[in-house]
Amino acid sequence: METLEQIRDRILARFPGAEASIVANPSPAAQPSLLLGAGLAREIAEFLRDDPLLQLDFCSNVTGVDWLDREIAEPAGKRLQPGYLEVVYHLYSMALRQGPVVLRLRTGNRTDRVTLPSLTPVWRSCEFQEREVFDLFGVVFSGHPDLRRLLMWEEFKDHPLRKDYVEPDDYEWEPTPHGEVLTKARRHYPAPPAAAAGGQGAP
Amino acid sequence: MSLFDAAPFSAPTGPVVRAVHDDFHGDLLEVSMGPHHPSTHGVFRMNVTLDGETVVKLKPVFGYLHRNHEKIAENTSYLSSMPYTDRLDYLCSMTNNWAYALAVEKLSGQAVPDRAEYLRVILAELTRLLNHTCLAGFLLQDGGASGTPLMYAFREREKILDLFESLSGSRMMCNFQRFGGCRTDAPDGWLAAARRLVDGYGGFLDEFERLLTGNEILMARTQGIGRLSAKLAVSAGVTGPMLRATGVAYDLRKVDGYGFYPRFDFRIPLGADGDTYDRYMVRVLEMRESIKILQQALRDIPAGPVMDPKARLRGFRPKPGEAYGRIEGPKGEIGFFLISEGGPSPYRYRVRPPSLINLTILEDLCLGHSIADAVVILGSIDIVLGEVDR
Repeated sequence: METLEQIRDRILARFPGAEASIVANPSPAAQPSLLLGAGLAREIAEFLRDDPLLQLDFCSNVTGVDWLDREIAEPAGKRLQPGYLEVVYHLYSMALRQGPVVLRLRTGNRTDRVTLPSLTPVWRSCEFQEREVFDLFGVVFSGHPDLRRLLMWEEFKDHPLRKDYVEPDDYEWEPTPHGEVLTKARRHYPAPPAAAAGGQGAP
Repeated sequence: MSLFDAAPFSAPTGPVVRAVHDDFHGDLLEVSMGPHHPSTHGVFRMNVTLDGETVVKLKPVFGYLHRNHEKIAENTSYLSSMPYTDRLDYLCSMTNNWAYALAVEKLSGQAVPDRAEYLRVILAELTRLLNHTCLAGFLLQDGGASGTPLMYAFREREKILDLFESLSGSRMMCNFQRFGGCRTDAPDGWLAAARRLVDGYGGFLDEFERLLTGNEILMARTQGIGRLSAKLAVSAGVTGPMLRATGVAYDLRKVDGYGFYPRFDFRIPLGADGDTYDRYMVRVLEMRESIKILQQALRDIPAGPVMDPKARLRGFRPKPGEAYGRIEGPKGEIGFFLISEGGPSPYRYRVRPPSLINLTILEDLCLGHSIADAVVILGSIDIVLGEVDR
């Protein structure tokens, strides 16, 4: 198979104005990935699927990664790199038995610019997996045919796989709370004033 | 074509009978099958819309067994996720362990000794035998054959589980693979017992097939039901026996050649129609190939250590980077995607669950079939909810 540099160069030649760069992978796995700009991502994905040399017809794995804001030490001083959400696609070719090509898409930030193009129209296997990324990371996929939460229930707020997710303190319930559950319950349901004055601690 | 396709309450063009029939039109019935339903193999729910008995819409609902396995793994050490992978597809803990160990070994560049590689192949193929045997039993149960085939299957499964128990201490939650080998070596007499089981397994399959493969009821219930095209299967990321039943020759044991699989002589059975019967048949033939692999592996397994002496289990901190390790599990491609930041726990830990992704095409398979067939189609996809919901 072509190297990732060759694939990137062909993408840049084919799609003028497209953003494509290579993200290195320093681990012994040595599997670098291709970072695409969100703008032309779906067109590039279709190109990767239909190109006769690549024929990446099988999108095996789709997942999200949450990168928080982080300070990067530079000679000129500390620089704050804003956080973003990342979606990673692992592509293989069943026809030519080659791969993987790892695609990455990044959102603008972690709060209000979290929309990315859905690749479900290109590979049907993204359907449930993108729903899962939407559910657990909060990436919104434009063009997804049925974007609903997959694992959590519809009324659920927040996205549990984000790194700064705080779990609710009232999800455990005991009829006669004691120990940690009681401590959490006291924090969550402050005792009514009368009971507090009387020294009755039970919520 | 269902009645629903006809324009409702249009001027009657056909004979009077048709017009009378149209009066019933529009009575669609919504059925919530599951989450507690014997045919759903766990807590899985299908919202089915029926026109008479015909499925016109089917939406799966997930999450009843969700415990955010990935988040838990991101907050604990690499090693302590190993027993938790047993709980993904709880029929196939040995292959889950192997997939996770393979991903971590890719991430850290860890080597594995020869004897451990052989043991892994042996355990993975035994797992394939027990998974496919159970699946055939469950499929028949879903088709209405109460008891007998399933009990035949479970009798054989129990023999394999006895082997797993004597090796790892647990029937199903084996927790046996480690980064850089296997936890323990096989005890005295274990390989001989495995050989005896493998040599007798062909006889059981003959018996099982005499009962089932040419069975008229099985053929009537499965042939031509839930047909999946190769094109849709590839696009939807369907893997494992489901994919090969459509005629696509894609088996990671051949394609990736992970472990010591290139050393063994075996073939990849393929289906032609992609229907439920083909999915059953591919699994039966795969079991015959597994027996061949097992006989070779049990003959050739060398002496030696089962753990790489350089392997570190405690205080294990792989260098920053990422790796995706995948193997051909009994249900399809099970993969683990790991990102390390150099810490004691993975920054990102992702399971690629074959059961969930194979369900993508459930609605496509069931449309136009009766609800009784939907149960059989779901059975032939072969899901375990511990892995679907994670």
